[in-house]
Amino acid sequence: MTTALIRARGLTKRFGGFTAVDGVDFELNRGEAFGFLGPNGAGKSSTMRMIGCVSPPTAGELTIFGLDPVADGPAIRARLGVVPQEDSLDVELTVRENLLVYGRYFGLPRPVIRERSDRLLEFVQLADRQDDRVEPLSGGLKRRLTIARSLINEPEILLLDEPTTGLDPQARHVVWDRLFRLKQQGVTLVLTTHYMDEAEQLCDRLVVMDAGRIAAEGSPRDLIERYSTPEVLELRFDPAVHENAAEKLAAVPAQRREVLADRVLLYVADGDAALAAVRGLGLDPLTSLVRRSTLEDVFLRLTGRRLED
Amino acid sequence: MSSGPVSEVRGLPLRVLPGRGPLRRAVRSVGGRGSLFLVERHALVYRHTWLVFVSGVVEPLFYLLSIGVGLGKLVGSVHGPAGTPVSYAAFVAPALLASASMNGALFDSTFNVFFRLKYEKLYDAALATPMRAGDVALGEISWALLRGALYAVAFMVVMAAMGLVYSPWALAALPAAVLTGFAFAAAGMACTTYMRTWQDFEFVTLATLPMFLFSTTFYPLSVYPRPLQFVVECTPLYQSVVMLRDLTLGTVHLDLLWHAAYLAVMGLIGLLVAGRRIGKLLLR
Repeated sequence: MTTALIRARGLTKRFGGFTAVDGVDFELNRGEAFGFLGPNGAGKSSTMRMIGCVSPPTAGELTIFGLDPVADGPAIRARLGVVPQEDSLDVELTVRENLLVYGRYFGLPRPVIRERSDRLLEFVQLADRQDDRVEPLSGGLKRRLTIARSLINEPEILLLDEPTTGLDPQARHVVWDRLFRLKQQGVTLVLTTHYMDEAEQLCDRLVVMDAGRIAAEGSPRDLIERYSTPEVLELRFDPAVHENAAEKLAAVPAQRREVLADRVLLYVADGDAALAAVRGLGLDPLTSLVRRSTLEDVFLRLTGRRLED
Repeated sequence: MSSGPVSEVRGLPLRVLPGRGPLRRAVRSVGGRGSLFLVERHALVYRHTWLVFVSGVVEPLFYLLSIGVGLGKLVGSVHGPAGTPVSYAAFVAPALLASASMNGALFDSTFNVFFRLKYEKLYDAALATPMRAGDVALGEISWALLRGALYAVAFMVVMAAMGLVYSPWALAALPAAVLTGFAFAAAGMACTTYMRTWQDFEFVTLATLPMFLFSTTFYPLSVYPRPLQFVVECTPLYQSVVMLRDLTLGTVHLDLLWHAAYLAVMGLIGLLVAGRRIGKLLLR
């Protein structure tokens, strides 16, 4: 018997002639924090919806808790928590009533919901706003309420579709902190993101998706080691000489060279040595930065595109 | 697939039906216990906004006073279903009850459902839980029907106080009014799932206004030439008007069951279509 909580083999989703998810394989174990990383339209949300049993797979195999999402949707959903990409809070209700109504959708008795609501409102730091209406709350507060709501059934797996998209940096850090605590408590997290820092902070393991396919899989560290160099030299030139300088840089020994619209990236083992070599060519960049490789670099390498695009 | 222990879902036993095929699909697509939770949700919302109920109670009463009582003074009495003369108010009142049940049910199952479906994303949230598309359909229709029933009770109380109830059979008019609400709520919700914009709701008005005016609400069927009579006899509101009028005036006969069956079938079809369509729209 397999211990995988979620198992996908050749999982495919087509909408008419458009293939959103194109035969992906992955497996997820209990207690893991698993991420789908990719640009918009890579098929992350479609994959999440299939896992959430609100979108039947077109082809391939998918089991969650060993159950079939099409036949056993309600039974699986009873054990999932879902934080959708767009908040779907009940704006006609108060903060607390949102938890009550959502808990009732799971068939939970009112006293149980009341007790859990107390704890969850505390957990997402919304206890003092519990009787406020939802509509005027800020994006960050709504997100936190959505997270609290998704935990009302004490789910074994929490699905988060771009949990911090559209939040200001401070609100993002609060959300990350709460998610990290959940992970510590043993909740299995599955999240999609197009933020590198989010993936690095939260995910034990991730897959990079592009155009409906999985381009690579591994831990953030693994991926960086496998697909990038230890250091990256970022150079910015005067736009007038940018192209010319980029050509000349071919003379600098580097594992890889990326010419972006505004910068040139050199993938090297030793950034400072490479910078010295650049200067030795008589080039004078406006700014230069030596940094460690990140997932962004992995992504660039795998898909030939930057994530913000 | 895993051969592990069958997962237990607290409080929500899986309905296991043998066999496959259209019957099974139809039965599965009808909602169950989950529909109650949606009704609970609406009750919680309307606790904050109880005022909207008042207008629904008052509107048919205004019609009753202006047309039934006011215009009734000019008309005097008309021939009731049994051929005996009845006061105009007693003739019009049950028909107003019928159209109030229709309108009350339609308001919730069309405008409100459309808003929840397209803008509030209420059903998207519900379907991420063990709730099914059928639960959503049954919940909405039950709520619309409950609301219609409340209006009907208020209206019947006023009718009785005004002496417009002629028979103890009038008690049966209440479930008949609820049946009317069910038929129109279900049909209304089914139609709403096909609507794309608010403009499409003009079709609802286009269908209900003539029904309200011409389904023998204000005068007997005998005023129409035979071909038109046939058209009117086919409309759903007519079934309800006949049923309610005959019951409040105490003219009970077995034909009433046909009218009831018409509305029940209309409601069931609407319920099934609404559930299937919600699933199709949201579980893509």
